[in-house]
Amino acid sequence: MSEKSEQNRLSVFKTYKLYVGGKFPRSESGRVYEVTDSKGKWLANAPLSSRKDARDAVVAARKAFGGWSGATAYNRGQILYRVAEMLEGRKGQFVHEVADAEGLSKNKAAAVVEAAIDRWVWYAGWTDKIAQVVGGANPVAGPYFNLSTPEPTGVVTVVAPQESSFLGLVSVIAPVIATGNTAVVIASEKAPLPALSLGEVLATSDLPGGVVNILSGKASEMGPHLAAHLDVNAIDLTGADADLARELEIAAADNLKRVLRPRTEDFAGAPGTDRMTAFLETKTVWHPTGSLGASGSSY
Amino acid sequence: MPTTASAAHAFADVTTSESTLRRFLHGLPGVDAVGLEARAASLGTRSIKTTAKAYAIDLAISMIDLTTLEGADTPGKVRALAAKAVNPDPTDRTTPTTAAVCVYPDMVTTAKAALAGSGVKVASVATAFPAGRAALPVKLADTADAIAAGADEIDMVIDRGAFLAGRYLEVYEQIAAIKAECGDRARLKVIFETGELSTYDNIRRASWLGMIAGADFIKTSTGKVAVNATPANTLLMLEAVRDFRAQTGIQIGVKPAGGIRNTKEAIKFLVLVNETAGADWLDNHWFRFGASSLLNDLLMQRQKLATGHYSGPDYVTVD
Amino acid sequence: MTSPFEYAPAPESRSVVDIAPSYGLFIDGEFTDAADGKVFKTVSPSTEEVLSEVAQAGAEDVDRAVKAARKAFEKWSALPGSERAKYLFRIARIIQERSRELAVLETLDNGKPIKETRDADLPLVAAHFFYYAGWADKLDHAGFGANPRPLGVAGQVIPWNFPLLMLAWKIAPALATGNTVVLKPAETTPLSALFFADICRQAGLPKGVVNILPGYGDTGAALVAHPDVNKVAFTGSTAVGRAIAKTVAGTDKKLTLELGGKGANIVFDDAPIDQAVEGIVNGIFFNQGQVCCAGSRLLVQESVHDELLDSLKRRLSTLRLGDPLDKNTDIGAINSEEQLTRITSLVEQGEAEGAERWSAACEIPAAGYWFAPTLFTNVTQAHTVARDEIFGPVLSVLTFRTPDEAVAKANNSQYGLSAGIWTEKGSRILAVADKLRAGVVWANTFNKFDPTSPFGGYKESGFGREGGRHGLEAYLDV
Repeated sequence: MSEKSEQNRLSVFKTYKLYVGGKFPRSESGRVYEVTDSKGKWLANAPLSSRKDARDAVVAARKAFGGWSGATAYNRGQILYRVAEMLEGRKGQFVHEVADAEGLSKNKAAAVVEAAIDRWVWYAGWTDKIAQVVGGANPVAGPYFNLSTPEPTGVVTVVAPQESSFLGLVSVIAPVIATGNTAVVIASEKAPLPALSLGEVLATSDLPGGVVNILSGKASEMGPHLAAHLDVNAIDLTGADADLARELEIAAADNLKRVLRPRTEDFAGAPGTDRMTAFLETKTVWHPTGSLGASGSSY
Repeated sequence: MPTTASAAHAFADVTTSESTLRRFLHGLPGVDAVGLEARAASLGTRSIKTTAKAYAIDLAISMIDLTTLEGADTPGKVRALAAKAVNPDPTDRTTPTTAAVCVYPDMVTTAKAALAGSGVKVASVATAFPAGRAALPVKLADTADAIAAGADEIDMVIDRGAFLAGRYLEVYEQIAAIKAECGDRARLKVIFETGELSTYDNIRRASWLGMIAGADFIKTSTGKVAVNATPANTLLMLEAVRDFRAQTGIQIGVKPAGGIRNTKEAIKFLVLVNETAGADWLDNHWFRFGASSLLNDLLMQRQKLATGHYSGPDYVTVD
Repeated sequence: MTSPFEYAPAPESRSVVDIAPSYGLFIDGEFTDAADGKVFKTVSPSTEEVLSEVAQAGAEDVDRAVKAARKAFEKWSALPGSERAKYLFRIARIIQERSRELAVLETLDNGKPIKETRDADLPLVAAHFFYYAGWADKLDHAGFGANPRPLGVAGQVIPWNFPLLMLAWKIAPALATGNTVVLKPAETTPLSALFFADICRQAGLPKGVVNILPGYGDTGAALVAHPDVNKVAFTGSTAVGRAIAKTVAGTDKKLTLELGGKGANIVFDDAPIDQAVEGIVNGIFFNQGQVCCAGSRLLVQESVHDELLDSLKRRLSTLRLGDPLDKNTDIGAINSEEQLTRITSLVEQGEAEGAERWSAACEIPAAGYWFAPTLFTNVTQAHTVARDEIFGPVLSVLTFRTPDEAVAKANNSQYGLSAGIWTEKGSRILAVADKLRAGVVWANTFNKFDPTSPFGGYKESGFGREGGRHGLEAYLDV
């Protein structure tokens, strides 16, 4: 009886929405665009975000930055791990969406989703280690304590990969937020659905609202505004083609954003640390040490 | 500026109890050791040449408390020192006299007689110098004895044990008592033995403690411990007298003692005075060197400036 | 206040340095004229005396120099690291040997006091080469993976405020990592870089590994735009840095920028006050304030404002302005007439906007470019002198009431290079240092530099770090 009812049952479509400031708004423009699978079959309508949506996302990301960058690295690690846990539970949905989006077999899509879940686990473990790897004491030639520590650069705009709609997406978001940055993500234009669904996972993973903001639409439309936005500190151009990347890099120079240029990527391969260090500042603090007493020159 | 105001009066509320005094002393700005030493070292790179050097050498000679504080001191030794103080360079009568000779109380009579009419003062250490480990009545008697013998200046030591144990009021009261004993008859120099106070924060606190208790001079050291006057601790004390005058109108002298052996070092101290407390302290009423061998080096440098030739130890007197 | 203790003049001898009447470009190991024969004069800013006439590189010369560097790159990058290290050690040693000569030269060409070139610039220059020399054969262990590769030809453009030190910051890590270099010194201070070319010859450095191209902004623009340059490193103004970032956009050129700053020096009421005064003075009057990481904004807790300002003014009155070659000079000349004009106009703007100006009373020499140590009180965040980089001996004094307010005001700037904190309370230092958005934070000290210590900014102060292990990254393909 249940089988029969399933066969006859009209399924419930999902209204895909943006993920901004921990909420799920539609585009303020009211626009949507058709998202199809790799064979051109209609999958859903996705919000066609405007520059105002991008602006709102930057506001949300900036607002979240203080708390997220100020959280303990351990706490950030716990939350990133929680994302992996939540994804594991919704794996079926993502396998389905990735298979549709990228034209993959169920098995291949499952491998991609599993790799993405494992990527969250990898970065969850990095949050409280990266400072030990890239920071440290500097043996200056004088009576000074001198310590360099990495700090998040701030709000990062991420142009997510166009092809790898989920593993690629996770691979560019996780390093940005693992280190304490907050992100405004422009999802793959043609395959935004896994990204929009990821927003739902993030919202239920203890991740504070605004740490990751996901926009669907055209990188060519939102990108220039985000690249020129003076309250954005960095931009990851991974998903931009050569012409757009150049245009955005020029715009990004207005406030000297840190720029990660597009390059050949194999998201299935082992990630290094460079996606984290690309959005880290090095802060070096000096303090006099001095002698224990004034009774003699100890240096 | 109320130059006649009494320090004790100005700080009456600070010295009402151990706790108010402690609160005051611990409320003084802290001292960063590296920064202080860096500033002293930086002033030490001043290059003092020709006319400025000649001025500095004569000034330094005139600021010396020519000192002998040995168990083996005899009247003969003290008379020789006094002669040297009055006439440092027999070959050049334009050489200034030193400010004072500094001796133990039992040698004051001898020194006073030898210096009669010269204008060179007699300073006497007192208060169970150098350790200061004696009861207050003993210290008062020691002081009274020196003054009775004709000492113009008393160089007392503080009780470092009491200071380090945090009994600031006791230290204050001892200084005040000795100051009362000196009255108008002798100027009081208060020796902190900075090498034993160990930290710059302590030296700043001791400086203020000494000044509000009535010191006429604050002095670094006895010359009897491992570390005596240094540019840094003297700079710190110069800052204290500068700030004290700004606050009270009362000018207090500074005397680094021990370890200053040559002209180059002495001139560095004068640069510290000039650029920290200021020109008002460039006078032997307000700044002294507690030293003995320094004088001969200053004299040799003085001869070099006069003749253009380097001098040697056989051309100055050994006393 | 006149003192009877007037320091007699104590000039460092000029005779240790022999400046030729003219210099060429240094390309492929030879001094040569510019292709178009252009030259420019370099003057001593303290006297306006012409020191020498220097060839001015044009686009053709840039191309020639880049070709020379490209040719040299093949062998230089293939050398064992231990051999590159020895060249750099040689250079470091020769710099030490010739440090008095170079200090006097730098003081003549730049106008900064000999006390600084002798005690700060030159020791740091030699130390920088020593430090990076040691890295050349240890790159596998630098944390960038095994066998990190050099980028190729580095185009480097440096400013006039620390001419030889900025050269060292650029060239030492570039050569240690196996790159070759085309460097453009600033037009007002080309001489020490040309003397460095001679040091390269003495050290036997292979031809073409280091090329020096004196010139103006157009020379620098041609260099960074050259298609065969793989790496661009620039220290200078934010405006030029921005233009360079646009130039290299869309290329594969790796870019690092050290740009402007408006450093906040925060003094809390429990500061070690005498050392704080020294730190403030060192922060803004070191090198006449022509320092990108200068502590040009003094943020002082209101409860100690008056006391601190009294101390500061008293201290400023003891600063000795004059002949930079005099060993007792604290404040030398402003580097150029152009810079003096900029400082003067910003100070006039400060006055016009209602900030209260105080300048130390000091005699200004008749010739040369000079500006008396100056501070502005009653400054708010809205004043131009609180926001714009003046790059001169001018301090803007603002007040705050609480640590939160201090941090908020300190961070309220498009820059983020340096900051200072003065307090005796350890936890406050750590809390405030954590919140400051600046690449270098000096607590209870200021303007300290060391080759092991990474230096560089947040926000519009640029990106990338120079110094330390971090400084290698800018020159490696990682």
